[in-house]
Amino acid sequence: MTSQAPLLSVKDLKVHFPTQDGIVKATDGLSFDLESGKTLGIVGESGSGKSVSSSAILGLHRGTSAKVSGEIVLNDTDLLTISDEQMRRRRGKNVAMIFQDPLSAMHPYYTVGNQIMEAYLVHNKVSKREAKTRAIEMLDRVGIPQPDRRVNDYPHQFSGGMRQRAMIAMGLINNPGLLIADEPTTALDVTVQAQILDLLQDLQREFNAAIIIITHDLGVIAEMADDVLVMYAGRAVEYGPCKEILTHPEMPYTWGLLSSVPDVTGDTDARLIPIPGLPPSLLNPPSGCAFHPRCTHKDKVKGNLCKTEMPELLPGNRGPEHTKRCHLADPEQIYFTEILPEIAPDLVEEFAEVNPDGSVGDAEPVRSSDAAAEAEEKKI
Amino acid sequence: MTAYIIRRMFTGIIMLIVMSMVTFLLFFSSPVNPEDFACGKNCSPALKAQTKKALGYDEPVTTQWVKFAKGVFVGRDFPDDPALKESAPETIAECPAPCLGYSRTTNSTVTEQIKEAWPISLSLAITAFFMWMIGGIVFGVIAALRRGSIIDRGIVGASLVFYAFPTFFIGLFLYKFLAIKWEIVKIPEYVPISEGGVSVWFQGLLLPAFTLSLVYMAGYVRMTRAFVLESMGEDYLRTAKSKGLAPRKVLYKHSMRAALTPLVTMAGLDLAGLMGGAIITEQVFNYPGLGKLAVTATRNFDLPLVVGIVLVLAAVVIVANLVVDLLYAVIDPRVRVG
Repeated sequence: MTSQAPLLSVKDLKVHFPTQDGIVKATDGLSFDLESGKTLGIVGESGSGKSVSSSAILGLHRGTSAKVSGEIVLNDTDLLTISDEQMRRRRGKNVAMIFQDPLSAMHPYYTVGNQIMEAYLVHNKVSKREAKTRAIEMLDRVGIPQPDRRVNDYPHQFSGGMRQRAMIAMGLINNPGLLIADEPTTALDVTVQAQILDLLQDLQREFNAAIIIITHDLGVIAEMADDVLVMYAGRAVEYGPCKEILTHPEMPYTWGLLSSVPDVTGDTDARLIPIPGLPPSLLNPPSGCAFHPRCTHKDKVKGNLCKTEMPELLPGNRGPEHTKRCHLADPEQIYFTEILPEIAPDLVEEFAEVNPDGSVGDAEPVRSSDAAAEAEEKKI
Repeated sequence: MTAYIIRRMFTGIIMLIVMSMVTFLLFFSSPVNPEDFACGKNCSPALKAQTKKALGYDEPVTTQWVKFAKGVFVGRDFPDDPALKESAPETIAECPAPCLGYSRTTNSTVTEQIKEAWPISLSLAITAFFMWMIGGIVFGVIAALRRGSIIDRGIVGASLVFYAFPTFFIGLFLYKFLAIKWEIVKIPEYVPISEGGVSVWFQGLLLPAFTLSLVYMAGYVRMTRAFVLESMGEDYLRTAKSKGLAPRKVLYKHSMRAALTPLVTMAGLDLAGLMGGAIITEQVFNYPGLGKLAVTATRNFDLPLVVGIVLVLAAVVIVANLVVDLLYAVIDPRVRVG
């Protein structure tokens, strides 16, 4: 592996499910790169294809009716061209996954230790005793108290946060290069969320793993991600460095997501603006830009372009790293004059002061991470 | 745990007492006089009264029940007449504990008759149980793994057919073709293991047990299929797969373990129910088990025999229930008894 090539490179990934009513295009042409030690955040509403895409990286659609095409290159191997057996050997070893609800993600009839050991035994020729020692070591590493005793507990005897820690231990036991975390904090309460995110970051530094974190919580993104990929209707609609996307979003869907985040420390009169409507059917996606039926800015585009033509994922005015899928000619101006004053009036001035020339400011409009940071400080 | 078992046994005993009372009451509210059957067709009123007294039917129902209950523990004599025992001991039928009554129609104690019929029903039930459990689980898992294929449809369709056909039809059909016409299996006949050995015992059992198992197997195929499919959709199966476990291990260790646990409850209760006799199957194959005994007793209005069989059946079901519950606590770590 050359030092230049990214750990994971996904190109034009498509996951299509043939059904009786037609083809459901859950993921339709997704591309991104990820380097070791970096974190990619994938955001989007339910049903935007986040989980389906990440399951494809693990090859979990094999043996189902789903049609997966494109390229998923991990460590210079295209995962879509290798055999089922070769894919199986990589699961858990080169790429591991942790899931949203740690209670249902663990088998209720086996002890936590047994399930963690299993992940180690399948990829390493070691005795059960050694595997158990390793499992206890990992449980200790993820912060389970008295790991040598708790290793014999069943999942239902663990609390939600401990279960997720155990899942992380299971995921990282083989020291995989890539960890996919599918909404790892959604089922946990806020104080625990911060601890889990903190733990993930710690372990990432220690193991130098790449992380894909899937979430609909922009607070989590702000805390964790180096890059952000916003998904809508199976496609990337905005993609770029985290800070850049959060401070200078250019796609109305991203604005919508930002407007729906409550600000716990800010003005209680500040409005939460939901995105009107529902995510589209992936069976019959809207013509043109998939977001146009819900977009409140489509009138600002000349003609019927939003309705007739799908915009390409192209760089805007802010450099080649920040790409978006939108016809709007001057999204930045709309954002700072119409959107930001509504959701965070105090930040407008800050931006105005710092950015007379439109360069990237340091202010961060997402505030729910503040709560997370606070909880983190209180952590024992 | 021990406290739980004791509590459950206590409630079980209360249930048995209530069961025996209800059976007694039901019998007495029927318009039939049992002494008519015991006495025979040409019976004078005087003889009838004498029979009634000898059988103890002249006493109030509560006294009769108390005597019955006492007999279970200490045994009793029929008729219970110390004077008669002195003068003519040959007319007294002794019924040692546990005495469930004395059947005048067959002139033997109920305990004796149940003891005779019980191993037959037990043999049948256990043999059929193994057949349907193995068949049901194997075919159910195959159907689940090949969901939607022709194999799946074939298995589900066949089990529906067997489920729908009455046992006496399947039984007589198999009897006629397999045993009589083609002579593939032996004519069913019960031979105790102590007399003919396991092989002869099993050959005689083969056809009735198979008939009985077919009906149950049909249900178990469908349940197994449903439970396996359900478990395959669980999140923890996705976890198992994403760990890199071999598909075989995912199926056997993770999916099957979850799918088969709920079957334990049903299997335990079904087996218990069958231990009380498979009425239709025993009738079809002329197998002198508890089921056949129960039918005969009911036809002859043989109260003591009916009460005895009902109580034994109830006791078996109560014990089986307790065993299943305890077993469940062992196989499902989330269940704690107490």
